[in-house]
Amino acid sequence: MRLTGRFGKYGGCYVPEILLPALEQLEAAFLDSEEDAAFRIELDELLTNYAGRPTPLTRCRNLGRNIYLKREDLLHGGAHKTNQVLAQAMLAKRMGKTRLIAETGAGQHGVATAMAGALFGFETQIYMGIDDIERQALNVYRMRLMGAEVIPVTSGDRTLKDAVNEALRDWAASFEQTHYILGTAAGPHPFPLMVRQFQRVIGKEARAQILAAEGRLPDAVIACVGGGSNAIGLFADFVGDEGVELIGVEAAGKGLDGGEHGATLQRGTPGILHGSETLILQDADGQVSDSWSVSAGLDYPAVGPEHAHLMDIGRATYVGCTDEDALAAFKALSRREGIIPALESAHAVAEALRIAEQQPEAVLVVGLSGRGDKDMGQVQKLLEVTA
Amino acid sequence: MSRYAAMFDRLATANEAAFGGFLMLGHPDPARCSALLDVLVEGGADMVEVGIPFSDPVADGPVIAAAAKHALEAGLRTADCLSMIADFRARHPDIPVGILTYANIVVARGRDDFCAELAQAGADSLLIADVPSIEAQPWAEAAIAAGIDPVLIAAPTTPPPALETIALLGRGYTYCVARLGVTGSGIAPTMGHRLLFADLDRLGAPPPVLGFGISSPAHVAAAVASGAAGVISGSALVERAMLPDGPGQVRAFCAAMKAATRRS
Repeated sequence: MRLTGRFGKYGGCYVPEILLPALEQLEAAFLDSEEDAAFRIELDELLTNYAGRPTPLTRCRNLGRNIYLKREDLLHGGAHKTNQVLAQAMLAKRMGKTRLIAETGAGQHGVATAMAGALFGFETQIYMGIDDIERQALNVYRMRLMGAEVIPVTSGDRTLKDAVNEALRDWAASFEQTHYILGTAAGPHPFPLMVRQFQRVIGKEARAQILAAEGRLPDAVIACVGGGSNAIGLFADFVGDEGVELIGVEAAGKGLDGGEHGATLQRGTPGILHGSETLILQDADGQVSDSWSVSAGLDYPAVGPEHAHLMDIGRATYVGCTDEDALAAFKALSRREGIIPALESAHAVAEALRIAEQQPEAVLVVGLSGRGDKDMGQVQKLLEVTA
Repeated sequence: MSRYAAMFDRLATANEAAFGGFLMLGHPDPARCSALLDVLVEGGADMVEVGIPFSDPVADGPVIAAAAKHALEAGLRTADCLSMIADFRARHPDIPVGILTYANIVVARGRDDFCAELAQAGADSLLIADVPSIEAQPWAEAAIAAGIDPVLIAAPTTPPPALETIALLGRGYTYCVARLGVTGSGIAPTMGHRLLFADLDRLGAPPPVLGFGISSPAHVAAAVASGAAGVISGSALVERAMLPDGPGQVRAFCAAMKAATRRS
């Protein structure tokens, strides 16, 4: 490895020795791509003409005139996941791989990977917990339409974390032909660094857009945090702007004081999961706990190591938003602005609405990481929509 | 002299390689597990490897992962594992006992404290499945400071700089893998190991013991012929441990595997 993959005391590369050659090859391909103008040109072309970048920065008209939404929901595929999946698929091509694997929870990352598989002609297999396959039937069908095979995960707790475990096991046997497109800024080095670099386009655009709109930097930048890829992508270009507050919103689920939440940064303890030293929801023996959130994308018991570091050094603040508050924000954005957000993104919107109520003058940039189409079935059951 | 060194000396004199048997602690249940560990030894195992279960065992295939899940769901705690190791040590003063687990189990108690507790229980070595050579140094130092041998993994695909680290930090034995992938008896060992063994020998690494997919006496004979100082069989034993006639099956399997370690 050329780099240590550390963010302060977090990060690293904790994988079985067998997998090290795969990660070393990936690190080399990624670092080489950063120096390669041809790679950048091809990726920019794809992001512009295939994925639809740049995405708009929309100023709210009714919920607060100083709330700006960074519209990753308008990206092809329906969420920010596309940004980094296209880039990783290009790296896979460069490394001469013929097959892609990925894990998925709600199915957004699986859909993005299936898209890239179809576009670049990879054999594509997606690991997904067997219960999620039932709950997210529409996304499963989208993946299959684009030619991916969805493999049900029945091991462990059959959740997103077990889908990651199965993908890592597959990769340990298959890495000579297969690239594993990990879906967030977590996992072993180089994934957290690489995924941040491929997602930082979100914050780079948002920073230029808010400067154009307001003539100044925002007071705060707000994003939801599950694994943390959309948040780290939005934060990255603002980290050096000292006056800009960075706020990550975790799933407080049914409440931070119970056991049913996904608030790893606020309630987790240091440990090692999925290749990275980070904060984890776990018991005293180090057995990983189940997380909970109304939004499958925030339902993960670990978090990207750079977020743990940003919290440690006091540069970013992490707060919780309950299922109930996220649903209220989901409803408000739909009814007042005509934008249906993903349930994940609704957590960030909820925090923005809370701040705007107390400080209406504060200029806020909110990461609207995805659209809510995937959540329609679930929301129909949860919300009583009145006319 | 460490128990591993004494064992390898004894086996060299007898012109045999080591047979290591692996079981998951607490599986199928704590009492049967302890009895089965004794059966391993009675059947002919020269060294015993035990797993301390972790909720997310990414280096393990379905059999060992299911055994870990089963043990945890029955309420097994790390403290119970340490007691089982200490009890085994009291019954078998000379058999080397290696611990296989994952980094998070070690971190939960603190690296130094975990290693000290292992030493106190009478364990000889510690292999942490998700701590590769590039991360291994502080873990190996903590183990050595507590009197525990750190065991590292090497594969034919492991690049030369990593092999150097493995040779430098490893003690007791070097866990060599017989193929890519995860633990499991369904897929036979496929890789040639002569070159890996030669490289490890040249670098002064601890004796090479081959694992992953070792599930028949033919695998053992092939490994020994290619220069392995020993073999470890895991999933094949864990599968047999669950059978109604578990102890009988485990004893017969160990005897057949041990017989194949004898160099003629």
